[in-house]
Amino acid sequence: MRARAAEELLDRLRDVNRSFARGLELGGGGAFARLRAASAEAGDKVAWLASADLSAAALARTPGPRVVADEERLTFMDAAFDVVLAPLSLHWTNDLPGALIQIRHVLKPDGLFLGALLGGATLTELRGCLLDAEAELTGGAAARVSPAADLADVAGLLQRAGFALPVADADVLTVRYADPFALLRDLRALGETAALAERSPALRREVLARAAALYAQRHADPDGRVRATFEMIFLTGWAPHESQPRPLKPGAAATRLADALGVTERSAGEKTGPGRR
Amino acid sequence: MTDPTDPPGDAAPHEPDPRLLEILVCPVTRGPLEYDRDAQELVSKSARLAYPIRDGIPIMLPEEARELDGES
Repeated sequence: MRARAAEELLDRLRDVNRSFARGLELGGGGAFARLRAASAEAGDKVAWLASADLSAAALARTPGPRVVADEERLTFMDAAFDVVLAPLSLHWTNDLPGALIQIRHVLKPDGLFLGALLGGATLTELRGCLLDAEAELTGGAAARVSPAADLADVAGLLQRAGFALPVADADVLTVRYADPFALLRDLRALGETAALAERSPALRREVLARAAALYAQRHADPDGRVRATFEMIFLTGWAPHESQPRPLKPGAAATRLADALGVTERSAGEKTGPGRR
Repeated sequence: MTDPTDPPGDAAPHEPDPRLLEILVCPVTRGPLEYDRDAQELVSKSARLAYPIRDGIPIMLPEEARELDGES
């Protein structure tokens, strides 16, 4: 999943018509660094790349300069990087707005931020089955899957964090697993299962078994494999710089619209209704 | 976990990349750091903390850092 996110980010980097001298991979356990090491093209795009992760173990297989750091407490100088890449890590932070603001600070003016995080439609099947199984067997339910961000929310956050030209778009992928337990194993490997564990009582074995049965019943294909939905949200934003296009102030136009259209300008006359828009 | 791939190019295997050291600041105070090569530590005088470097990887977490006492 991480490797997939890193590839998507590289795809988006390809679309940008410039290369970057200094890059930072934030979270993602070195997925982008490995991709970069394997691809000459990615190496050209980002000439020097450091990988930062909260977990030293996650960085063990990462080529290139590495540092253990907290996304919520960045340890880099202001304007240290030309590009910051965050493949599937930011949905982990407790304080996404704070993390985005810090990322903007460590970017040079006109530096690029590219991030991928898991969106709200991720694992809807699993959430539903766990909730129902737990409600059925215990009469109550607790959150079992990390809460995820929504597309509209994160686009707004980018803007509030001071990024220029912010864009957020989503991609929904369906992954098929041999059975519900294969899905859980994969999630565990990603480290996505236990984020809320400290907050909720332990998941009882019979609840898990019931949820797996519900899952197999509701989301199996004819061949018996089960489907899981992952929504990846991609974020793009630029550290502000004078060269970037920006809206002019109303009334600041240097040419008349009428001239551009080749028509004669006429007064609009009476307004037809109250209020604009 | 004891299989760190050597960075391609300049830096010695178990020392951090000099270009990385250039841009690191203390995560607590955002003040400058001094590289203590013998101790393999990054010292933040402003936070009175010394961050360890393990296998060439600076560990920039206050909870992993050594507190400095006296004047250093």
